[in-house]
Amino acid sequence: MAQTRTDNPAAGSLETQVEAWRAHLRKSRSITSQDAVELEDHLREQIASLRADGLSDDEAFLVAVKRLGAIDALTREFAREHSDRLWKQLVLAGDEGRGDLESSSTGWSRRMWVALGLAVAAAVAIKVPALFGMALDAEPGRGFYPLNISFFALPFIAAYFAWDRPLPVPGRLALAAAFAVAAVVVNLFPFTFSPKGEPPHTFILTMLHLPIALWLGVGFAYVGGAWWGSDRRMDFIRFTGELFIYYVLIALGGGVLMALSVGIFEAIGVKMEPYLQNWIVPCGAVGAAVIASWLVEAKQSVIENMAPVLTRIFAPLFALLLIAFIVTMVSTGRAIDVKREVLILFDLLLVVVFGLLLYSASARDATAPAGLMDWIQLTLVGTALVVDALALWAIGSRITEYGFTPNRVAALGENIVLLVSLTGSALLYAAFLRGRVAFSRLCFWQKFYLYVLAAWAAVVALLFPLVFGFA
Amino acid sequence: MSISKDLVAASSTALVLGILAEGDSYGYAILKRVRELSGGELEWTDGMLYPVLHRLERSNLIESRWAKAETGRQRKYYRITRAGREQLADERRQWQTVDRTLRKFWSAMTDSPDVSTRFVPALQRS
Repeated sequence: MAQTRTDNPAAGSLETQVEAWRAHLRKSRSITSQDAVELEDHLREQIASLRADGLSDDEAFLVAVKRLGAIDALTREFAREHSDRLWKQLVLAGDEGRGDLESSSTGWSRRMWVALGLAVAAAVAIKVPALFGMALDAEPGRGFYPLNISFFALPFIAAYFAWDRPLPVPGRLALAAAFAVAAVVVNLFPFTFSPKGEPPHTFILTMLHLPIALWLGVGFAYVGGAWWGSDRRMDFIRFTGELFIYYVLIALGGGVLMALSVGIFEAIGVKMEPYLQNWIVPCGAVGAAVIASWLVEAKQSVIENMAPVLTRIFAPLFALLLIAFIVTMVSTGRAIDVKREVLILFDLLLVVVFGLLLYSASARDATAPAGLMDWIQLTLVGTALVVDALALWAIGSRITEYGFTPNRVAALGENIVLLVSLTGSALLYAAFLRGRVAFSRLCFWQKFYLYVLAAWAAVVALLFPLVFGFA
Repeated sequence: MSISKDLVAASSTALVLGILAEGDSYGYAILKRVRELSGGELEWTDGMLYPVLHRLERSNLIESRWAKAETGRQRKYYRITRAGREQLADERRQWQTVDRTLRKFWSAMTDSPDVSTRFVPALQRS
């Protein structure tokens, strides 16, 4: 970038002027550092051309700045084009200054009250079935709460976004219908628990996959029903990652709060545990999900700086781990010890890599040039693919021998779904690093893959119990 | 003669896409080409080009990459995409239609001077 050349006083003063101009430009939040670099390059090119025509440094600078346009007008124009960058100013600034950029006139405090109301509603809703004798703790043979946990949090988050965006009425009806159908279907499934009270495999699979499938419904509300050709889908991915971080933070705080309250109440001889287990934990868990969703939106710029930092820390670490694993495998000649559930371990590995990649892609400026971080990402995906291929190779011959239980089919299916996604991402990433395709192509692939993931989750949650006879 | 702001804005997509269809380019060079092509008649405020470029990039009509320019600075180069070429063909059809329509009108006006005197104030009013 610009270097002040002190040996030449004239050039020095020009540099100082350009420096000041750039500093002024950077004050606007609607102009990113990349935009500033692009504009500065223009300014310098213009100055050089004017100086070649015989103008002095000062004259050239003044004319070039004038031609580029007043900074106020420029930033306004940038803000109009990049209205997404403006929310940083708008969301917390309250109602004034919203202008025509934010169509909804709902203020910050109103959002807070609606979010609080929905959180309370979720907390109440989770206790309603208990009135009808549904046990909250995992009572043997009664799987109501584990199966239905998604229906106590996700519809309320979806409702918040349906109100906030707002989602058009047909969209709201479709969404409500989807949630209702899913709720009715899974509760009609005749899962039979073992005499010891252990749930069948398909029950666990439905329990784990239903929230993933329904999360797409939340996404539908999040983007205000505008599914196709919308950049908001990438925002939804970002939102998902940030919500996770927020939720973990809130849960940690909640844990400290509860541990302390148990302690101090015990000091006066009052047992808090039953009350905590039956009320505070479940109500807090669903309420916090709604509050966290609202917080992610409201305090976006705070977390926005944290989440990319986390991926930047963990992507290289995971890449190193995988490289170390491959090197160890090759140098010691050890093969993967195929235990029965080893596939699930590698599924988890792929999920983590998938999450890191998805999140860093969604938080990345799609127009930024390729950098070191991109190479690390590609290394991470590449090594994960190699490791997974090794695992699949080891498992491949054994899978038929063990038989196709629902768990194994689900685990294998997941592995393949993620493998295809990561392979596609790796190819596109490599093409991007060679300058063949734009980064937005990679984002497009990942956006598209959300549907595949949700569809697969729906298949496992809703069709597997039927196919495997609720075993 | 200065061209109205609205007209400059309306023609910006076609112009930028057209220039990029000639070959990859960057902001300053695109503006230079606009000036060259219009004989200096079409004046853009330089900075306003960039929001236009970013809008086109966002709608995938063009794509960008950063590269080191001969000056040693990082420079953002733009390239037209396939969708951009389709859009350019579409823009071309639209402008040709406008141009054809106006042409008929202008020739009618020059043919009979009394028509022009009747029409011009009406046009100016609107």
